[in-house]
Amino acid sequence: MSDPVNSISEWLRTILSGWGLSEGLITVILAVLGVVILATIVLVVDIMLVWIERKMVARFQDRLGPNRVGPFGIIQPIADVIKLLIKEDILPDGADRFIFNIAPIFALATVLLLWAVVPFAPTIIGADINVAVLYIVAIGSIGTLAIIMAGWASNNKYALLGAFRTVALLIAYEVPMVIALLVPVLLARSMGMQTIVAAQSPWYIFVVPLAALILFVSSIAELGRTPFDISEAESEIVAGFHIEYTGMKFGLFYAGELLHALTVSALIATLFLGGWRGPFVDQVPILGPVYLFIKAFLVYYLIMWVRYSFPRIRIDQMLGFNWKFLTPLALFLLVVVAILDKAMVGVSQVQYVLVMLGANLLIVWGTVIILRTYARVERKRVGEERAVAIAPESDLADLVGQE
Amino acid sequence: MTVFQAIFLVVAVVTLGGAVMVVTVRNLIHAALWLILSLFGVAVMYGLLSAPFFTVIQVVIYIGAIAILMIFAIMLTRRVAQEPGSSVNKGWWMAGLMSLVLFTALVWMFSTWSGFQTTLPQLPEGIDTIKVLGTALVSPDGYVIPFEIASVLLLAALIGAVVVAWERKT
Amino acid sequence: MISLSYFLVFAAALFCIGLYGVLARKNAIAVLMGIELMLNAVVINLIAFWRFRTPEMIAGQAFGVIVFAVAAAEVAVGLALFIAIFRRRNTIAADEIDLLKW
Repeated sequence: MSDPVNSISEWLRTILSGWGLSEGLITVILAVLGVVILATIVLVVDIMLVWIERKMVARFQDRLGPNRVGPFGIIQPIADVIKLLIKEDILPDGADRFIFNIAPIFALATVLLLWAVVPFAPTIIGADINVAVLYIVAIGSIGTLAIIMAGWASNNKYALLGAFRTVALLIAYEVPMVIALLVPVLLARSMGMQTIVAAQSPWYIFVVPLAALILFVSSIAELGRTPFDISEAESEIVAGFHIEYTGMKFGLFYAGELLHALTVSALIATLFLGGWRGPFVDQVPILGPVYLFIKAFLVYYLIMWVRYSFPRIRIDQMLGFNWKFLTPLALFLLVVVAILDKAMVGVSQVQYVLVMLGANLLIVWGTVIILRTYARVERKRVGEERAVAIAPESDLADLVGQE
Repeated sequence: MTVFQAIFLVVAVVTLGGAVMVVTVRNLIHAALWLILSLFGVAVMYGLLSAPFFTVIQVVIYIGAIAILMIFAIMLTRRVAQEPGSSVNKGWWMAGLMSLVLFTALVWMFSTWSGFQTTLPQLPEGIDTIKVLGTALVSPDGYVIPFEIASVLLLAALIGAVVVAWERKT
Repeated sequence: MISLSYFLVFAAALFCIGLYGVLARKNAIAVLMGIELMLNAVVINLIAFWRFRTPEMIAGQAFGVIVFAVAAAEVAVGLALFIAIFRRRNTIAADEIDLLKW
């Protein structure tokens, strides 16, 4: 009872070997079964996410949200899926048929692949590989590929523009994200997810809160959500890379986007909020997934909160924010954490955590001062009187001279 | 035939097929996508050689960075990619002949070597190759100098790429 | 049982396909793709020699890491060069970029 997943797997193994199947074949069957079950659970959660997201955005915007289909509108996503399924499937003129069709599959599949390394409980994990953190980065880069394929194959200039913007964004924000991911790796001395979770006493958010914040911000950018949603800025490029997609192909992009948000939340929860750790989880491993999902939904709520509270920023501001601010900050933090970690060999855990936390807060304080100075300069620059019309240099001099 | 051999053959056929498409297909975007398939096959090969670190690094660097940069460059120079005319130069058959000769020569040379049929040895027990690799790359008795030179090279390439591609406003 | 020969022949084939691409293709980016294939073949050889001959020494993997870094640097500079050439000459066909100075 304490560990249902492994006992069920053992039970199935006994039954299958009773049928006279070979050991290797049983392992393959059980692995496939596990993949199918995990993917199904995740996709069912994904359908519910549509409802959660729509209900939450309605609350943030002082509306009621879906409330017609079923109690509290909870059947609404099913109705949405049926609508998407019976819509006409359009292939745009001049589109690259194969790439156009395969891109949405890639978009959803890459998100599903990420769940392979999320540990649900001490004994329940898809694959406890020793390069899990790098694996997350690798799968993220395949997601980029799906977007560029969709944008190019659509044969539409808005789609291509959206894809270009997204890829510039994804490649840029990958840098601070990877550096922020390195911090828990450095503290736990492993890239394996289970080791990182096991090493978290206390949770890393209390040790290196700044790394968690950087990861959170760059993850929002990776997700392409507001304030970083220039990839599908409706007022500029209509819908971005998925402009030409209809019906369930669009549905796959939509599902992938929502699920990506929850997946990233689960990863942040695993890396910084202790994953499956919680009271009594050692006695009852089945509590692990419950804790993990509670934490993941907490992070998901924060992502939604940011999404519906901030306006979109321009692409030059966004790239400038990444290269001039987030990346140097993340690098500086990594160096500081590495030096402190090396310097504090042998000190007690309480001292270690306090010094790390203090260093983090000190960096935050310094950053805020720098930002405030920059904001003052920028306000002054923007507030200056400037010639409005764009004129040749000589005319401009005349204009200024007349005043 | 063992399972290992079967996996190897399937992956090898996919990889080499992808590679052939890369060098023959006319549409450059398609060539880049075939290249990605081929590189992915190589990543699986690293997995078969029990080097998981290289599998993920291959996907991160080659697919996530190099292939995407290439697609970008192809799109930025798009007028050329759709240019009519042959995609190969006049001496293509000589190139093909040379490749074939080189392949035959390589295989013949390998087959005369005594270690050609080395079978898969057991990995040393209880050693985390990633940890060993990490230590070797930064330890003074290991590969710290090539490692640092590679970092300087990357920095130089970063600055060089910016300088070369910079559009000077005249 | 699989032997080193499998990987060596595979890497040699990949290298030769890449070589054909480098020699035969007109477009400079296609040439670069051929170079990537050749570099990959080299890394496969390095890893295969490590795995089959000296699994207790890490030298093969360390060399592989360096090759990866060099490949990334090469692509960054190469593509920057092609874009700069394209801006000035409006072509990236390798056989049309034949002037030493213009």
